[in-house]
Amino acid sequence: MNHKDTKTLRNAALALCLSVFVFPTVGRAQTPVDNGKKLYLKYGCYECHGTVGQGAQANPLAPKLAPRPLPLPALIAYVRKPAGSMPPYVSKVLSNAELADIRAYLASIPEPPPVKSIPLLNQ
Amino acid sequence: MAKSRRNFLKTAAAGAAAFVAKPGIEGAQQAEAPVPEARVIDRPGSDFMLDVFKSIGFEYLFANPGGSFGGLHESVINYGNNKDPEFITCMHEESSVAMAHGYAKVEGKPVLTMAHGTVGLQHAAMALYNAWCDRVPIYLVIGNTLDAQHRGGEVAWVHSVQDAGAMVRDFVKWDDTPVSLQHFAESAIRAYKIAMTPPMMPVLLVADTDLQDDPMPPGANPHIPKLTLAAPPAGDSGAVAEAAKMLTAAENPVIVAGRAARTAEGLRLMVELAETLQCAVIDTYQRLNFPSHHPLNLSMNPRAALGNADLVLALEPGDLYGTLRPVRAQRALKLITITAGDLYIRSNYQDFQRFTESDLAIAADAETTLPSLIEAIKRQGRTFQARGAKISDAHQQAMDQARQLAAYGWDASPISTARLTAELWAQVKNEDWSFASEALFLSNWPLKLWDMNKHYHYIGGKGGAGIGYGAPATLGAAMANKKHGRFTVNVQTDGDMMYAPGILWTAAHHHIPILTLMHNNRAYHQEVMGIQGTANRRGRGIDRIHIGTKIDDPFIDYATIAKGMGVRSEGPISDPKDLGPAIRRGIQVVKGGEPYLIDVVTQGR
Repeated sequence: MNHKDTKTLRNAALALCLSVFVFPTVGRAQTPVDNGKKLYLKYGCYECHGTVGQGAQANPLAPKLAPRPLPLPALIAYVRKPAGSMPPYVSKVLSNAELADIRAYLASIPEPPPVKSIPLLNQ
Repeated sequence: MAKSRRNFLKTAAAGAAAFVAKPGIEGAQQAEAPVPEARVIDRPGSDFMLDVFKSIGFEYLFANPGGSFGGLHESVINYGNNKDPEFITCMHEESSVAMAHGYAKVEGKPVLTMAHGTVGLQHAAMALYNAWCDRVPIYLVIGNTLDAQHRGGEVAWVHSVQDAGAMVRDFVKWDDTPVSLQHFAESAIRAYKIAMTPPMMPVLLVADTDLQDDPMPPGANPHIPKLTLAAPPAGDSGAVAEAAKMLTAAENPVIVAGRAARTAEGLRLMVELAETLQCAVIDTYQRLNFPSHHPLNLSMNPRAALGNADLVLALEPGDLYGTLRPVRAQRALKLITITAGDLYIRSNYQDFQRFTESDLAIAADAETTLPSLIEAIKRQGRTFQARGAKISDAHQQAMDQARQLAAYGWDASPISTARLTAELWAQVKNEDWSFASEALFLSNWPLKLWDMNKHYHYIGGKGGAGIGYGAPATLGAAMANKKHGRFTVNVQTDGDMMYAPGILWTAAHHHIPILTLMHNNRAYHQEVMGIQGTANRRGRGIDRIHIGTKIDDPFIDYATIAKGMGVRSEGPISDPKDLGPAIRRGIQVVKGGEPYLIDVVTQGR
């Protein structure tokens, strides 16, 4: 592989990264957040983690995902090869671009109200 | 005896037929002539059988009617005046036994249950297995016609069996087929005694139809034996003393409890043991073994408790191997077990769980052994207050974290299980309440957010993980709670309800006060997650995982189902703001002595 080939490859990789991490919704009319929400439901993330990423506390223990999801590279790495009872989502099933939008949705979910502001949790 | 009775009935029937065949005016004349009547059966055997059951003191009979125990049925409602036991009409044999399961865990003793032989027992089998795994006494009587000459037609033949108990013998503790009334009396008393001796489990008694229906011979006076329950097995004194030494010498002992406390006294003893040792308790909640908000309760963070443990005392544990797995390789961890499970074990069904190495195994009933163990520990004369303070801090942290996590998805629709649990707690906490359903599918929120400190506040789950337990078991618990004036709450999973929804009619018909909130996630949610996992591990995507797992298209309208069964209801509710007022309305109805159902559309877990 000569220098030119290496450069071409690097540029191609950069373009791919940009398409995945920076411009995940190019060509789509909806926002990443809207699309991410649809994908989050479509791919069944909510079955274990709840519709707003609140998590489940037993059987199985599914951690909360929102409003501060993992950084995208870490999220992709984990989803491809997870630990515990989480099943893997391979790229054939769920693309990096789709994961980026799902992350955008999770990040858009507001912080929960403070516990002190919820009388039912202070009984 | 049976033969002579049948011959008599045959003759009488022939006479009646001849009478009916004569036409016209002769018929009018004959109306004034003496008409031959069938001789009634005096002192049927089933009356005596009922006397035996009355001597045991059964409060209720839970049953779906069936011809093979028709003699007993008739004796209960007429000879026994339908009182002690009172016949409670169930719409499925699985419901009858599951109701008895819930009743026994609250009341500490069985009710009478009956089922048709063969097909009725086949229906009841899964519920029996749940009770077997859950170490709960069930007293089941089935009918059967052993004598081939007396099976009246095709159905009687297909509903008769050579060895009726064989089908469930792997998961009942004892069964018998008595062939005389004296035999029946002795076996009936023996069955109750066996069921009530730890480990408590189901027993089965076969009541032959001839024995039920034939009149007792003139002058016959079979004896009903006195019922004397066996004192439950307590731990060997030397072994208990050794356990006390090990516990007081340990730096960080931890108690793991599964089905250790089955009574109010058992729960009190568990508190005394933990406070004496000032050690952490991990309650795996097959029963309420320890108050949920006690400062020594670290069930919410078992890893924190076990991470520092050098000795575990396991009391009637469930999956002990699984509980200890995270710390097993960490270092040498000593283990003491006290369980009646070591006294009785069977081969076929694997409910005994994976073998777990221990350093001291005491084959005994844990609750019965607690007084001597506590006394032996106190004799060691050591105090451990500093240890308790640290555990208390960890408990408070776990409580705070649980409340923090409950706030996530607080306003979500479908309604979060944390929100549902908190809304319900706000309304019932000032009642003498009993949360009779299992918390597992609610992310265990009730065990975190509710202050559970009485044995009937929580009674664990299915035992054998057989779905179809929830709706009937909670109703059985409600029947036990009713006479104590307790308020029974059931958070009811949708899939479980649909196994035998006729339980709602039973609740309405018998005026059983229970507040049911549907945990309606519109799926067999555990299976959704399971199939999703399988499809993903095979790289095939999840487009079709709804097939066979989701309960939608159409959604089930549980409020309408309940209304159709005579239960007042409302819903579906999917906005969390609507939930509190609905619960308030339900409480008023239940306090009036009737059931009420609220359909709540919920998150998966």
